[in-house]
Amino acid sequence: MEQYSSKVMEHFAHPHNVGEIENADGVGTVGNPVCGDVMRLYIKVDKNIITDAKFKTFGCGAAIATSSMVTDLVKGKSVDEALKISNAAVAEALGGLPRVKMHCSVLAEEALKSALDDYYKKQGKPSPVKMPAETGHEHEME
Amino acid sequence: MLTVRKVYLDHAATTPAHPKVVEAMMPYFTGKFGNPSNLHDMGREAKNAVEEARAKTSALINAKPEEIFFTSSGAESNNFALKGLAQANNQKGKHIIVSQIEHFSILHPAKTLEKAGFTVTYVPTDRTGLVDPGDIARAITKDTVMVSIMHANNEIGTIEPIEEIAKITKEKGVLFHTDAVASVGWIPVDVKALGVDALSLSGHQFYGPKGAAALFVRKGVRIKPLIEGGIQEDGRRAGTENVPALVGLGKAAELAAAEVSHRMSYTAQLRDRLQKGLTERIEHVVINGHPTRRLPNNLNLSMWYVEGESMLLFLNMEGVYVSSGSACTSRTLKASHVLTCIGTDAAVANGTLLMTLGTGSTAEDMDYVIEKLPPIVQRLREMSPLYEDMLKKK
Repeated sequence: MEQYSSKVMEHFAHPHNVGEIENADGVGTVGNPVCGDVMRLYIKVDKNIITDAKFKTFGCGAAIATSSMVTDLVKGKSVDEALKISNAAVAEALGGLPRVKMHCSVLAEEALKSALDDYYKKQGKPSPVKMPAETGHEHEME
Repeated sequence: MLTVRKVYLDHAATTPAHPKVVEAMMPYFTGKFGNPSNLHDMGREAKNAVEEARAKTSALINAKPEEIFFTSSGAESNNFALKGLAQANNQKGKHIIVSQIEHFSILHPAKTLEKAGFTVTYVPTDRTGLVDPGDIARAITKDTVMVSIMHANNEIGTIEPIEEIAKITKEKGVLFHTDAVASVGWIPVDVKALGVDALSLSGHQFYGPKGAAALFVRKGVRIKPLIEGGIQEDGRRAGTENVPALVGLGKAAELAAAEVSHRMSYTAQLRDRLQKGLTERIEHVVINGHPTRRLPNNLNLSMWYVEGESMLLFLNMEGVYVSSGSACTSRTLKASHVLTCIGTDAAVANGTLLMTLGTGSTAEDMDYVIEKLPPIVQRLREMSPLYEDMLKKK
């Protein structure tokens, strides 16, 4: 397997924004323990601006690092801007991910979208969120 | 980061070469560099060294020297055994029996043989990883050519009932190969007592060098070579011998024969100390493998609500080197097929660490891991949504 970048290791060893937000405005949980990663992302929204984001993740080094990075990226952004954050942007901000770990960045994007979807529903607004298609997962023969 | 201590607990991945092994090998790189196939003195010197290594390797497993065929790796030995025995004896039939927890160097050749017209039965194990000899007896048909069941599993350490299976295969006239790559050098292995027709072993698993391994094939058993085009290894394996590595394998075999009982008792007491210390300090933990029929240096633990690679990476930062059985460290993103076979819940299988001790392991090393791992698990659990859900359900 390719090695992790130093940025990934930094976010893995000292992840930002770990925890829960009580009375969060949006919560999204994605992934599956069987596949080895589950991400839960909480957001606090004030006047359409994401003022806080926290996460809890069960997963590998890349899963924890992408959770940390996506919560960093989303803070201070408007809900509309947050919707545009892609898995590639998360991976790029981490200095890249090993090819077999790209699905972790997809999961981070999904967790964010799922939290935003929950936010729209809690507001009673129609949700513009489209969940990304799961790509990076490679189910090769053993 | 300053690492105070280095604790290598990945001896199932590879062992260091013993200093006496390296010392024995050295002259064969430079001064005694001859090709064993040559008739001149330089060739004869190398040939004698290879034959001495063969004698030592055969003595370790109570075989005859002419029953040892050197190869380059445990994987090659396994491929050689499965393909070579199946193809050389296919006039008898085209059915093979293996277990579901075999190493991929058995399972993949089995798949290849299926494509070549063989049928393969994959027998299951119980929750401790034991194959039921009754399952083998029931699976054997008049078309069965061979059975291949590993001596000890490389992940969970379970030691299979090889002698009992051998009684069945002997009675039914079926060839029996065992992959003993994980066990040779760590527990006594005697091909006559086991009753097997073929057995794989690998040098770097027991303080020999990488690149030197062997397949025992009982005298009189036919086997087709994997690599053709040379007279080496009695025509069963072409290619100029890796003389230094084979000399190293021979030395490692000699050391193993002398030390095996010490290795067993020494690693078992340290392993038990590690197992006790970790299971006392970590909640929601499962010990994989058989409680007693297990390699003495093996500890395979699955921890709920945490993922294996994360634990491995944090342990690495503390200078502790282990393996993980999680989906995330495999390219296939699937948990270990061994853990799946023994019925480990897929969610907890991803929280697996494999720790394998060696003769260089110490009580201080065990205490260091016992001190370092529990807070890592706790920290990751505090970060885990699965742990949060479990606490809320309580």
